[in-house]
Amino acid sequence: MDKVLFGDNQFFAVNHLSDEKSRAQAIQFKDDAAIIRVLDQVRELGINTFMCTTHDRIASVCDHMRSNPDKYKNFNIFPCMPYAHKYANAITDLGILGTVKQYVPGNIFSSFTKGGVAFIRKDFIGLMELFIDAEMKMFKGINTPVIFIQNVIVDMILGLKMYDVFKEYDSYIRKKYNAEPGYITMNMPALLDCLNSLGIENPIICSSINKIGFRMSGGKDIYEKYLTEKTFRPIAMQVLAAGALRPKEAIEYLGKFSKIESVLFGASSKSHVQETKELIEHYLQI
Amino acid sequence: MIRAGIIGLGKMGLSHAAIVSPHPSVELVAVCDTSSLVLDAFKKFSKIEVYSDYVKMIDSENLDFVVVATPTKLHYKMVRYALEKGIHTFCEKPFSLTTKEGQDLVELADQKNLVNQVGYHNHFIGTFRELKRLLKEGVLGDLVHFTGEAYGPVVTKEKGGTWRSDPVEGGGCLFDYASHVINLLQEVIGHPVKASGSQLKRIYSKEVEDAVYSVLTLESGLSGILSVNWSDETYRKMSTSLTILGKKGKIICDATELKIYLKEADPKEKLDKGWTIKYITDFEIPVKFYLRGEEYSAQIDNFVDCVIRKKTSEINTFKQALYTDKVIELIIADSKS
Repeated sequence: MDKVLFGDNQFFAVNHLSDEKSRAQAIQFKDDAAIIRVLDQVRELGINTFMCTTHDRIASVCDHMRSNPDKYKNFNIFPCMPYAHKYANAITDLGILGTVKQYVPGNIFSSFTKGGVAFIRKDFIGLMELFIDAEMKMFKGINTPVIFIQNVIVDMILGLKMYDVFKEYDSYIRKKYNAEPGYITMNMPALLDCLNSLGIENPIICSSINKIGFRMSGGKDIYEKYLTEKTFRPIAMQVLAAGALRPKEAIEYLGKFSKIESVLFGASSKSHVQETKELIEHYLQI
Repeated sequence: MIRAGIIGLGKMGLSHAAIVSPHPSVELVAVCDTSSLVLDAFKKFSKIEVYSDYVKMIDSENLDFVVVATPTKLHYKMVRYALEKGIHTFCEKPFSLTTKEGQDLVELADQKNLVNQVGYHNHFIGTFRELKRLLKEGVLGDLVHFTGEAYGPVVTKEKGGTWRSDPVEGGGCLFDYASHVINLLQEVIGHPVKASGSQLKRIYSKEVEDAVYSVLTLESGLSGILSVNWSDETYRKMSTSLTILGKKGKIICDATELKIYLKEADPKEKLDKGWTIKYITDFEIPVKFYLRGEEYSAQIDNFVDCVIRKKTSEINTFKQALYTDKVIELIIADSKS
């Protein structure tokens, strides 16, 4: 994995510190062209991985990449699925069954479709595979060497202790997409213990890692212990603690942990991207 | 270890199950729902007992507490049954469909001395807590006006739908979205005693309101505006905020930040003249397990702590939630007048 992973929160008005900034970003990135422009600037700075949710608008970014294959041949996308708010709002409105009906391709009550068979047989793993395929459709023909599940799903499965789901996910991503499975979580130590107990060794785990312990559930101490002692491939996110830390002190802190392979961050301006990228390359030991 | 059960496995029930289960002092022993799809998933992937009948679950599992996360119309009989059996109860919001039923449950929980809490999770968000404290300290002086708002993209197209589309089942924006804002206003600023100019507007839904607008007057005589709309797709997810205007300044508060404007500096609170911005990172409530937001774990932590220590919760009691239901009734009555 590259040291620097460029994130997408700024494109979709996700700002953990300010709803007002969110709105400003929604206005700035109203057009897909604005997103592509920033991605091109990022590429010019030598960043070659875009880690993004399976938001509808990413589909247009993928279309653009497919129509310019030479330009993007060395560019990777790390998809993170699903775009949770799409489903969360659907569940509030349609219920769980209604949401399955809406998003599983084909008629789920028909035994002539893959979804229908899976649904009628209550083949949950089959349904999961259909959901993954539906989310992955937009990335056809694009390099996706690592495929993540979003924290809301990871942490839900972790909390419900339905650990076998991770096992099935892990093997499906490897088999069908020839990619490395990745996990985003707000509960890194608990997740790593769980994955290890399933025989999933050295997993890619993306979690909040920052100097002030923001969104590091269970506390900073246990995170630091795991980063020092355990075997896994950590990606640090929320490194600026939603803006509470200055970039230099934030990245310098990450440098304490030789295991951290990559840092995920997003920014809207070229100068911010450049500054953060240089800090990461300077301080990250790997 | 205390033994827990969950009744209702919709979005909130699943979320509670995933938070209750990893709690170090709790064993989630049973869940109950009517959907065989969801129950089969539990059977296949977890060790938790599944029930399709809550009475059976309560009778057979020797539970210390239950979480009731079913549609609102079912709360009364389920909560009542749990309380009668001496089980501490956490109930999702809104609490009851009629205040008569709600009153009955408040009395029963009191009589049986059982821990009771309702899922108004905004009280477990650090910024709103800080707002309450600052108002209590009087940083704004005499209050002049307030605005309580919530917007989000739940119903953004015309179509029929689930129980949420049925007004007699508590399915509209008033019960689902506005209840959060009313409860927050009520506990942070003061109890509304009068609603006027209330409008329940349908936008896309056929049977229920998608927006609620009302002028609320509090016990103190202070009045302000309630403005809630769940059909506003300019918001990515539910966004709740309170704006409070006083003679000494103004505070705008949401789940991520507190924006404070003071006409003169407040040295005691270390607040400058003009704008001071405080962020959630300074007020975050630490949790051991995180799902969707600290507040969801923090409210369960508080409830479990009360159950273990056998003391009544001071935050989000049935009684406080019942008051919110009363304000909902005031708004409905006013909208019809």
